[in-house]
Amino acid sequence: MDTIFALSTAQGKAGVSVIRVSGPLAFYTTKALCGDVPVRRKASLRELKTADGDRIDEALVLTFDHGQSFTGEMSVEFQCHGSVAVVSKVLETLGKFEGCRQADAGEFTRRALENNRLDLSQIEGLADLIEAETEAQRRQALRVFSGELGGKASEWRRHLVRAAALIEATIDFADEDVPVDVSPEVSKLVRGVLEGLQVEIEGYSSAERIRTGFEVAIVGAPNTGKSTLLNYLAGRDAAITSSHAGTTRDVIEVKMDLGGLPVTLLDTAGLREAEDEVEAIGIDRALSRAESADLRVILVEEGREPELVPRDDDVICLAKADLSSETGPGGVSGKTGLGVLELVNGVTEALKSRASESGLAIRERHKSAMERGSRSLRSAVGLLAQGPEYSEICAEEVRTAVRALDSLIGRVDIENVLDEVFASFCLGK
Amino acid sequence: MKHFDVLVIGGGHAGVEAAAAAARMGARTGLVTLKKDAIGVMSCNPAIGGLGKGHLVREIDALDGVMGRVADKAGIQFRLLNRRKGPAVQGPRTQADRKTYREEMQREMVLQRDLTIIEGEAADFVVREDRVSGVVLADGSEITANSVVLTTGTFLRGVIHIGDVSRPGGRMGESPSVKLAERIDSFGLPLGRLKTGTPPRLNGKTINWGNLEMQAADEDPTMFSFLSKTPFARQISCGITYTNERTHDLIRENLDRSAMYGGRIDGIGPRYCPSIEDKIVRFADKTSHQIFLEPESLSDDVIYPNGISTSLPEDIQAEYVQSIAGLENAQILQPGYAIEYDYVDPRALDLTLAVSSVAGLYLAGQINGTTGYEEAAAQGLVAGLNAALSVLDREPVIFSRMNSYIGVMIDDLTTKGVSEPYRMFTSRAEFRLSLRADNADQRLTPVGLDLGCVGENRRFAFEDKAERLSSGRDQLENSSYTPRQLNECGIAVNQDGARRSAFQLLSYPDVDFSTLIGLEKSFSSIDPDTREQLSKDALYANYIERQKRDVEQMKRDEAHVIPGDFEYSGIHGLSNELKSKLSKSRPENLAQASRIDGMTPAALTLLLAKLRQENRNKSA
Repeated sequence: MDTIFALSTAQGKAGVSVIRVSGPLAFYTTKALCGDVPVRRKASLRELKTADGDRIDEALVLTFDHGQSFTGEMSVEFQCHGSVAVVSKVLETLGKFEGCRQADAGEFTRRALENNRLDLSQIEGLADLIEAETEAQRRQALRVFSGELGGKASEWRRHLVRAAALIEATIDFADEDVPVDVSPEVSKLVRGVLEGLQVEIEGYSSAERIRTGFEVAIVGAPNTGKSTLLNYLAGRDAAITSSHAGTTRDVIEVKMDLGGLPVTLLDTAGLREAEDEVEAIGIDRALSRAESADLRVILVEEGREPELVPRDDDVICLAKADLSSETGPGGVSGKTGLGVLELVNGVTEALKSRASESGLAIRERHKSAMERGSRSLRSAVGLLAQGPEYSEICAEEVRTAVRALDSLIGRVDIENVLDEVFASFCLGK
Repeated sequence: MKHFDVLVIGGGHAGVEAAAAAARMGARTGLVTLKKDAIGVMSCNPAIGGLGKGHLVREIDALDGVMGRVADKAGIQFRLLNRRKGPAVQGPRTQADRKTYREEMQREMVLQRDLTIIEGEAADFVVREDRVSGVVLADGSEITANSVVLTTGTFLRGVIHIGDVSRPGGRMGESPSVKLAERIDSFGLPLGRLKTGTPPRLNGKTINWGNLEMQAADEDPTMFSFLSKTPFARQISCGITYTNERTHDLIRENLDRSAMYGGRIDGIGPRYCPSIEDKIVRFADKTSHQIFLEPESLSDDVIYPNGISTSLPEDIQAEYVQSIAGLENAQILQPGYAIEYDYVDPRALDLTLAVSSVAGLYLAGQINGTTGYEEAAAQGLVAGLNAALSVLDREPVIFSRMNSYIGVMIDDLTTKGVSEPYRMFTSRAEFRLSLRADNADQRLTPVGLDLGCVGENRRFAFEDKAERLSSGRDQLENSSYTPRQLNECGIAVNQDGARRSAFQLLSYPDVDFSTLIGLEKSFSSIDPDTREQLSKDALYANYIERQKRDVEQMKRDEAHVIPGDFEYSGIHGLSNELKSKLSKSRPENLAQASRIDGMTPAALTLLLAKLRQENRNKSA
């Protein structure tokens, strides 16, 4: 197997750059560069030299034994100065060793997967963690990376393997001393897993939002200060504002971090009877985006009714509060900033309560695997109630569910089911 | 000097099936056995079939093998196991009269064309140019052959243990084949050690049957062979009794005298067929274990107490047997014993059961680490057919997980090897809903007809049945009804406007054939056997449809053949552990590789990429 290396920190100038080496020649190359292989897992300062003895840089060197590293292979990290020239010289020197090459994209992680250091879901968590820009994204990615989804899936799998084993025991050992009616325990196990799946499936849309961002649409009649409010929130002139009603035609998006949640604010065309074709299209878009947004901030002018029927925890604000005679709660002005803090808090609270429902399913493939599993299990519960006549079909449904959930992390084998059978029952006449 | 196309060594269940199969293929076949009258001996329990095993017997029969027919002749207590469960998991089983079974099997062998029985001890192989080319008998004479099928069961370095007494032996009263074992050593095949046990045999006249629960045969017996209609022998009942606390105490007190617990046996025994010592140690909280008292024959009084196999000394066996209800005065005719033996790691075999590294040699039966007559016979069939095909210079026949339990077993053995004696279970077959005992003929008889191992009688019977089935199915599929029509006839369906065929309706729990006849009188012309078969097909039709995707996937993977000399060390990114596993079991295709323990999707992708690359290089 090749030894691979790559710059693990971002390209370009920096205080420190980290170069990672993994594979059978990791220590060999370290000895060649540093003169010796420093004690494992202890930061050691070394001078890096080329094969000709030219000094490259001073670096902190960390070494990891086989089975003790991220990839599971012998690994070394060179923390050298973050200079483009230093980094390219170290990479060039490493590349000269026979059996050593630049890592392909994602290759360290793939090796970690192949050496059972990470399961598939953890890798997805890791990818998200690296991409995470807000606090909620970081927290969610870390949960998955640290193996919570894998852990849950193995727990479901354990329960389903047990359920399958109980059913198979009554099928394959019908002539022996096994319990005749296993359906109460099977039913309990299957229902338990079903409930767990349901929670995760329902939490998917929140988890998905945390990954890709919540959408909050600002809607209202023309000239109610929607664009001004957006600009105020964005801290820049993202949208053109004018006193001319119907200035905003297209939907304008601004990404921001609200209380750790990634949020995309949408500024939309004012809602009224359109005066021309272009405005009509803009209004249609405004309506459809507002419809699909997670939350709507509806601006209403004093004495008017909202242009849109509010839903759930939509926020209704009195527009242009700076001009208003009333100064009560619910007023907002993008011009003076009046009431903006309250509005932001309100929106953040509403989104946070949704985010708290988020589950561990963070990818469409997680959700669809869980849905497939859940369909099979529902049908298994039904078949179970119909008695032993359908036990082999019920077993088939449980098996299908196990396979579906397995795609989250790994695979199951009939031997697992038989092991469980043999551990639980005294078989053999 | 005698010469044969195919030479089979061993006259047990694997040997007879191998010899008969090779001879049916038209190969001149020799069967070497220690004693002619030991052909077809059942050395363990006197029963054929069971769950999973019954499927194997049906499949053997579908290929015109002998086991099913002989078991039907010898059957004295036919019972369809799982009768109240779905047809996919029902298993035909019978108690077999030990003497009748042996006699009928010997008759089959004598009457089989192209088959010669040779009495003698196979002491060594004739090896020419690194190819096994026959055997040397103990008297020094040589018999040559193009292919040799070795089916020596537990005879490889067999050791029998009764308590603290142990001696070499294959089964009671027979000597083990030491020389042959040395020759196999010289081939450098990977060997392992297993153990198995039998219970003491009891004198039926000394059992107090009066107080025992009895289990009768089925009223409407289910036969093994597709050609048999009714049992040949009188049907009997078995007694049922139980161990008790006193039995358990006796055994517990004497565990140190058991060969198994006294540390005299290292082999690994089957978890599903534990000795009574094992049951009492491992399931200490159970105060009683069931025992079936099975008559071995209509013509003697030997009783096989199924459930108390043991390697305790004779005096303890007598004592604990007599502590059991009904057995207070029971006399032991032959003590129970444990036997340890060598097996060849079946990963050294290919899917035809030929030894990959030794030309001309096939292995079948217990020598491959399996247990059970049925598992042995099925392997014998596969090895016999392929040995003959190889001599006839024809393509080998490979059984797949998608068409048979035979295929599941061979694939499991050659891909995963064994860690305990391998027994068939229905749960091992992922396509269990389509691989049923009732349709074994539809799955495999056409294969047998193509091969030429199926006789005329069976061909006529099969073609007739297939014709009735397909015309019956056409009738049902071509008649469809609107939800309204169905509701008027009292069949509850959703008013979704979709027409349903009579075949689809048959899968509804509350619809049977008489309901269908209510819809359409002409269905009454379909005969009862065909009705039953169609009902079973309909029951699983939806699931089988759903499994089609899995079947397709497996077929695609099977189509990626891995050359025998494929070099795994050249694959970048494959872990050393997987490399060594792959090199050991040498999967023949990608599907097999995917079933190797520890295989990951990522590793499979690498393997596939490498295969493609090699193919490109070859065609370039």
